[in-house]
Amino acid sequence: MRELPVIRMLPDQRRLHLNDGPIDVIVEANGAPQPVQSAYEAAARRFVTILDELCAELPLLRTRASLNAPRPSGSIARTMAAAVAPFREEHFITPMAAVAGAVAEAVLAAMTGASVLERAYVNNGGDIALHLAEGQRYTIGMVERPDRRSLFGTFEISAQLPIRGVATSGWRGRSFSLGIADAVTILAETAAKADAAATIVANAVDLPGHPAIARMPACEIAPDSDLGDLLVTRGVGALFGREIERALDAGEAVANRLRQEGLICGAALSLKGNVRVFPPVAPRLASKGAPRSLVHA
Amino acid sequence: MSEATPADTIRCDACPVLCYIKRGYTGACDRYANHEGQLVRVDPHILLDRAKSQGAPLVPFLEREGEWDGKLGKETFLTAIGAGTTYPDYKPAPFIVSSVVEGVDLVTVVTEGIFSYCGVKLKIDTDRHLGPERNFVRTQGETVGHVTTAEYGSQMLSIGGVRHLTGGTKSEGRVTCETLLDLCNGKEVELTIDEGAAVRVASGQPPVVNGQPEERMRVGCGSATIGMFAKQWFGKVDDVVVVDDHITGVLSEHQAGKMLGVRESGISIKGRRSTAGRYFQVANPGTGWGGTDISDPLKILNLFKPKVAWPKLRLLMVSTTGEQFAYYELDEALRPIEKDLPDALRESVVRIRENCEPALTTVLFMAGAGGSLRAGVTVNPVKLTDSVKHSITRVTCGGAPAYIWPGGGITFMVDVARMPENAFGYVPTPALVAPIEFTLSKTDYALLGGHMDYVRPLEAVLREKERQREVAFSPANPWPLRPRKSGGPEE
Repeated sequence: MRELPVIRMLPDQRRLHLNDGPIDVIVEANGAPQPVQSAYEAAARRFVTILDELCAELPLLRTRASLNAPRPSGSIARTMAAAVAPFREEHFITPMAAVAGAVAEAVLAAMTGASVLERAYVNNGGDIALHLAEGQRYTIGMVERPDRRSLFGTFEISAQLPIRGVATSGWRGRSFSLGIADAVTILAETAAKADAAATIVANAVDLPGHPAIARMPACEIAPDSDLGDLLVTRGVGALFGREIERALDAGEAVANRLRQEGLICGAALSLKGNVRVFPPVAPRLASKGAPRSLVHA
Repeated sequence: MSEATPADTIRCDACPVLCYIKRGYTGACDRYANHEGQLVRVDPHILLDRAKSQGAPLVPFLEREGEWDGKLGKETFLTAIGAGTTYPDYKPAPFIVSSVVEGVDLVTVVTEGIFSYCGVKLKIDTDRHLGPERNFVRTQGETVGHVTTAEYGSQMLSIGGVRHLTGGTKSEGRVTCETLLDLCNGKEVELTIDEGAAVRVASGQPPVVNGQPEERMRVGCGSATIGMFAKQWFGKVDDVVVVDDHITGVLSEHQAGKMLGVRESGISIKGRRSTAGRYFQVANPGTGWGGTDISDPLKILNLFKPKVAWPKLRLLMVSTTGEQFAYYELDEALRPIEKDLPDALRESVVRIRENCEPALTTVLFMAGAGGSLRAGVTVNPVKLTDSVKHSITRVTCGGAPAYIWPGGGITFMVDVARMPENAFGYVPTPALVAPIEFTLSKTDYALLGGHMDYVRPLEAVLREKERQREVAFSPANPWPLRPRKSGGPEE
């Protein structure tokens, strides 16, 4: 039976929690109390119809993106389709690869449309849309694995940078991945663009045919997965250091190209404690931890 | 609800994504799973935290995993909400935890029960006629219960029960389960009664009858109000009319007024006289005075009888809830002229109002703990029943106190408003999943054949288990681990 969306303040009385089916969003806005309140109300109003809007054209959104595919009608669905369009010629990708980022953007747009805010973020399960007024900044923490709290470094995002979206993908996350990255974090102009690119880069961090990697057709796990019978990663066994480097190299090559094409601003790739970072500005890395190298584009 | 599909896959309809979920997997939300072919919620396990409740409202702790450091800086009670069940029956309960309270080793057996024998009793505070006793109550056209007794100021409905859940059509069972789940989780449900009203009800909320929200329970009908307050009016006013859509009362004509020796006032009321001082149908039903459609109470009066009435006669008119009132004195032509309410009468009007409590819907969940659930507690299930009957074992539902029916079995009732939110789930059988905790001393637990090998310290459980969520303990409830008064029965 249909559960109603959850709309409530977290116990800190600062952040707003929105949940509907698989969509789980944390929102925080900074500014004067009244504009923040109005922004939260606008966020909630926008949020409550999102899942139904998306589900109305779910079959289309789960279909491989192509030039000939019908254009979705919902505004969020269109953002999703546009975000995956640059990848559709060379990769298998469906608009669902950008759903989390596109939803975050839509909620943020409702907030900034209703209020003048200093800054705000909409964090949709790790895919984040940012608003920064002039002079404002956010510090973004990066984790090696999305299922653990293991902050290995931070990015500063200031208003003058073009970055307003952050997204993370990896085989340990809630969505399936074709690759073996523990986490790929992408910084891009928008959350939907970051989301789509994170999927592509995480898929590229891979060792095709490696015996230590367990894979399974996506539809055997989730019968209605948009990935159909594509093999998705279910486990990654022990790897040699050079194999890890090789997998990261493959991901880095793709990330580099996306950056040259202007599709992303920065990326952090993590596999078994090894980290590669493309910074828009030099990130601050935590002092202890696994070996990592800065990649200079 | 979910529909069965081939190859161990079920379809979840908790949200419009309508995931197909294979056995052993969760849906896209990670909150609903296919457990042994049944759709179950896998929400975080709820901990009641007493320190958090100090003055604070009940606020769920919403962060995901990793927030709980396993330290016990405060008193914590592990509820059965999200604990999982004992299916397939012979297994010990999912959590059997020990804690030391004031030097006494206590054991709490924590499990979620799957109840086909269950339902709710609704008490709807309203004087409106909801429907004839025994008539069916429906949601979405399906019969989900029936009208039972009328109580003072309230109408009782029985919703659910095994005959609606599994004894009727598949659709009846599905809709009944859905209705019960919503009522137990505090959500609003629309019920229609055959040959009666449509009501919208939610635990702890005012009922809405035929679109009209109830606000206050009347202290009584107009006639009863006269009876209750006659003495307080006597000598301070010459006549009182209590305006009520059901029975309007008149002090000077009413038995209570006669007994006190109130003088005849010559007042004349429109409407149909029932017995002395009691009138039906003084106006049409509405949202005005006393549930009538009038806003000017003088509209229900004819002219005063000139042979009986006298100038300066003092008249109070008041509604059954005290929300409306007016005071008049007759002029030389025996016409009522409105004046300020004298202080001497103000108190009685305020008192009428005070005696009208907020109208609410209350939802009591009632279910029986079957043999299988009891087997999760002890190898000899009847011993648990005995222990509960003798108040050696305390039964709580999500930490809220449960009333145990006398007689055989463990049939209990609990006010869902006292439980943490969203404490109930369901399986597509259809049946409800409700939390139940049994707390007793470790010595007694051993004596009744408890699964002693499975007893683990609370701290260890808190450290190990993922997906826990802390919820402030409602200060209105007795603490489930409070020491038992020696010898005395459970309060």
